[in-house]
Amino acid sequence: MKKLLTSTALIAALAAPAFAQESLDPNATPGGGIVVTYKDDVATLDPAIGYDWQNWSMIKSLFDGLMDYVPGTTELRPGLAESYMVSEDGLTFTFSLRSGVTFHNGREMTAADVKYSLDRVTNPETQSPGAGFFAAIAGFDAISDGSASTLEGVTVIDPSTVQIQLSRPDATFLHVMALNFASVVPEEAVAAANGDFGKLPVGTGAFKLDEWTIGQRLVFAKNSDYWRDGLPYLDSVTFEVGQEPIVALLRLQNGEVDVPGDGIPPAKFLEVMGDPEQAARVVEGGQLQTGYITLNVTIPPMDNVEVRKAINMAINKDRITQIINGRAVPATQPLPPSMPGYTEGYAGYAFDPEAAKQMLADAGLADGFETELYVMNTDPNPRIAQAIQQDLAAIGVRASILSLAQANVIEAGGAGTAPMIWSGGMAWIADFPDPSNFFGPILGCSGAEEGGWNWSKFCVEDIDAAATAADSMLDPSAPERLKMWSDVYMKVMDEAPWVPVFNEQRYTMKSARMGGDDSLYVDPVSIPVNYDYVYVTK
Amino acid sequence: MASYTVSRLVQAVLILLGVSFITFFLLYVLPADPVRQIAGRSATPQTVANIREQLGLDQPFIVQYWRYMAGLFQGDMGRSYLQKTDVATLIAARLPASLLLMAAGIGAELVIGLTMGIVAALWRGRAIDNGLMMASFVTVSAPQFVVALLLLYLFAVTLGWFPIGGYGTLAHLVLPALTLGILGSGWYARMMRSSMIEVLRADFVRTARAKGLKRSRVILRHALPNAVLPIIAMIGIDIGIFMGGIVIVEGVFGWPGIGQLAWQAIQRVDIPIIMGVTLVSACAIVLGNLLADLITPLIDPRIRIR
Repeated sequence: MKKLLTSTALIAALAAPAFAQESLDPNATPGGGIVVTYKDDVATLDPAIGYDWQNWSMIKSLFDGLMDYVPGTTELRPGLAESYMVSEDGLTFTFSLRSGVTFHNGREMTAADVKYSLDRVTNPETQSPGAGFFAAIAGFDAISDGSASTLEGVTVIDPSTVQIQLSRPDATFLHVMALNFASVVPEEAVAAANGDFGKLPVGTGAFKLDEWTIGQRLVFAKNSDYWRDGLPYLDSVTFEVGQEPIVALLRLQNGEVDVPGDGIPPAKFLEVMGDPEQAARVVEGGQLQTGYITLNVTIPPMDNVEVRKAINMAINKDRITQIINGRAVPATQPLPPSMPGYTEGYAGYAFDPEAAKQMLADAGLADGFETELYVMNTDPNPRIAQAIQQDLAAIGVRASILSLAQANVIEAGGAGTAPMIWSGGMAWIADFPDPSNFFGPILGCSGAEEGGWNWSKFCVEDIDAAATAADSMLDPSAPERLKMWSDVYMKVMDEAPWVPVFNEQRYTMKSARMGGDDSLYVDPVSIPVNYDYVYVTK
Repeated sequence: MASYTVSRLVQAVLILLGVSFITFFLLYVLPADPVRQIAGRSATPQTVANIREQLGLDQPFIVQYWRYMAGLFQGDMGRSYLQKTDVATLIAARLPASLLLMAAGIGAELVIGLTMGIVAALWRGRAIDNGLMMASFVTVSAPQFVVALLLLYLFAVTLGWFPIGGYGTLAHLVLPALTLGILGSGWYARMMRSSMIEVLRADFVRTARAKGLKRSRVILRHALPNAVLPIIAMIGIDIGIFMGGIVIVEGVFGWPGIGQLAWQAIQRVDIPIIMGVTLVSACAIVLGNLLADLITPLIDPRIRIR
């Protein structure tokens, strides 16, 4: 019989109250609607497929998963699962579901729906970009290659209990259960949509989709039967798409828009922040994001670690940060400062062009060398690439800039033909607030194969093994585990396959009538705004 | 007339087949993998392989092309790779807006451009002629984004006469149509001017004046219909340009046209949408030009269709 795991964090989770009592904001005034604008059309609201930064928070408001986060933070809390138990070996999770949760179509949610949803997202026919996150669940390989149509490791014990068996320990499992990909969906609604569930979403979330005029607007209406009592505060959220950021800002200033979803356009940033009345309505927050230059370790002379270190020392990160109006913090390591596992006090490779030139000379490259820098062609990335080019020229590295469409840069990076890539516009942002999310696809050996996102083709077996060991620990936030991850990234920095340049700050501008804690407007998980918890005053 | 139309339609089908093949081929050899866009950055190799197989993108070019065309002839334009929605639905949702803006834009171009051209021709060599031609030069060179934003800022934000972008009422149509009208008028102005000047030199105009007809009647009833012929051909080409997507104007005014759809699809290598929009645009161009060619003999009976 599986025994209860007695780690402190998990005991705290079990002690969560049995019914969905919220610590509601006493200042919140229910009612009203807001208008949010976006430039790009919303591709899909199917939680198994949606992976854009703009539909991510929309899907969060329409759906729920077994786990969730405390709003405005990176702290896990129970979602549709009221409580859970973990076996001592960490391989079996038993979730007890809340009772009385209904889908937008009125039917009550049961454990069978959880099983259906997980089967659906891992089924190849769904083409989910997030299928790989569930690889630790037993039976994943079978469903992935088509020999099974259901996940062996997910069992329905009774209508309110579901058990998930893992094939290997996975410290990130609870985070994965909080991802959009793990949202619970009703089978009959998926079938009724006949392949178009993305345009006809039905979930258990705080809002439901009321109207979608393709190319123009989406309207979310309050789910009055939402299982978190008292939420959401807003009656509706209207998303208007196809709006240029600069026009959205004009409309905000005119009182027509509440939140420009794409943020303040760079051209207007200084003007807005210079006006005290407008600046007061801008919320600044950190993001789990890093912008970096990848150095391809398979292309000489960057196969020499000394050369890579020299390049690290040549880059003037403060100057690059100024190019984007100071809207970032210079970075010293792959992880962003707000990520657990960040190594405080690590100085990285300080800006020192003289020492860099010396290092190149010591490596036999006193005359420098030629190389190419790939960059995505939307502003401000080409300007950043020019700054990098100048910094490199100062130590004798002559880099020619290739400014291409995003898809082409990604292709070159995956194929391993790009010596250097500035990651801007394609930069890594965390899927969930855990250090392992910054490793596998972009610094691990699995990401280094053909077509992968590890554009530096960096693969060190020892470091990979250390990462796997860290993820085999059971408690994601245990100090020992975070220390292991910190060590992993320090070892990565010793090999210098990247130049970490900056961590972008997020600036969300809101209209005067919007209320709610500032952290909700720079929610690290529900980007840009946590629609469930904000409200309008007056 | 009828047999001419039929043969032109057959030609149109052949043109569209050619366009479909070339476009499909170009998208196939593009160094950008649509599967990577769908699979996203966190996908495992297994997921990528699965998606490739699901979408039939592991098949050779001819097989993929054949499947697409077979679907097309059954009325199925395929499903968007990223949205999983029928391409036909996506295009149909935006086509009315595009057609409306195209009609209004061409209308505005004609009104502004033809007026400029006629006035310039009538007062040829004078200051007003030089001024108008200079103005046409400026409008032709002006960047779309700047003109659109300026008009929006002036008339919508500052004066508040029109809504700040959007779609739905006549008021929403004015500024985008005006922008397109201003930007495209230069071409029509110059063409109209030179066409008009040539016609005014013709014998029959001198004859009409010699007969004692009023100057305005000569211009409107005799000169103009002859001068307008090359303009008809230009309209046919213009339809093509409009249907190719006036992305920038659509973006500034938040106009839900197919230009924005195509632009996003191109960025994300969403091949079914790109194919769909290209074919719809090609259709519009071919039909537009066919229409122009059919109208021409109605205006000038000397041109007979052989």
